[in-house]
Amino acid sequence: MCPARPWPFAIIALTVRLLRMKPGHGEVLLAEGDVDVREDEERLVEEFRRQLDAGMWAAVPLQSVAGRREAVMVKTFDQVPREADRVIFFPRAAGGA
Amino acid sequence: MLLALSATVIVIVALLWDLAWPPLKDAYERHRARRALVPASMDGYDPGRERRAEQRARELLCSCVNEEEWAMYRDLGFIRVWGSLAQGPARSGGGSGGERRPAPGAPYAYLVYPHKPIVAYLPQTRELLSEYCVEFPDETRPYGSARLPDSDDVLAKWMALTGDERRVIGLANLHLPGRQVDPKHVRRDLWRLAQWERARLERSSPSEGSVPAP
Repeated sequence: MCPARPWPFAIIALTVRLLRMKPGHGEVLLAEGDVDVREDEERLVEEFRRQLDAGMWAAVPLQSVAGRREAVMVKTFDQVPREADRVIFFPRAAGGA
Repeated sequence: MLLALSATVIVIVALLWDLAWPPLKDAYERHRARRALVPASMDGYDPGRERRAEQRARELLCSCVNEEEWAMYRDLGFIRVWGSLAQGPARSGGGSGGERRPAPGAPYAYLVYPHKPIVAYLPQTRELLSEYCVEFPDETRPYGSARLPDSDDVLAKWMALTGDERRVIGLANLHLPGRQVDPKHVRRDLWRLAQWERARLERSSPSEGSVPAP
């Protein structure tokens, strides 16, 4: 069992974490906050925009009703599902050799 | 007499010098090399840091994908992601020169390897369809490299495929199977995957003759 796996019965996440994959480091915590708190939400939205402006893609890993895990790609903070506990930013895809 | 003796000594010393100098020089160079300070990182590469990064990436991957997918990656080194497009991925080449696709609705899947192209195949026949060459380069190069840790690369592919398969496949460069990933290697991986799934199924189902607990 994965120790970092989120609690399976969490329906509504209390806080949202913005994470970014980074070469030579693994993920980095960019921001964290409660979307119900205005200041937190503004900070999260600002960081979200900054990452997208830097050319990153944003994905939200989720668990479907059937129990399968999948990701949702989001382009605005509004698109982040309510139950999401984290948004992961990663460099945009480019065709390889 | 003295002159002759001196000349002989000089010749002997010269010959010995010729013979002894190269090994002496090598020994001195080796000694210097042993004592030289080796920089902690070459071109910003630090193996310890990379190992820690990979460990973090593995934990993140593990927390995102299905339990079966994580076990697959841990045991086999790749993840299978089922395709979800009604129209399957293109089969490049195929003899007629054009692009062909599997029958609509036919199940297809991708093998996701770290830092290798995504390989599309038909699970029923194990036919390899194509390679999708795609990268996620971080051009900020925080430690001199644009390359994500292996498990982050797999997670990026997994998120892109499950989140927006059409977009990532559209961005990737399509190639014939075998351009970068050896088809023999892929077929062996498919065989390993089948064995792994069989063993997993056997472990999860009660063995013959066992009595279920009341």
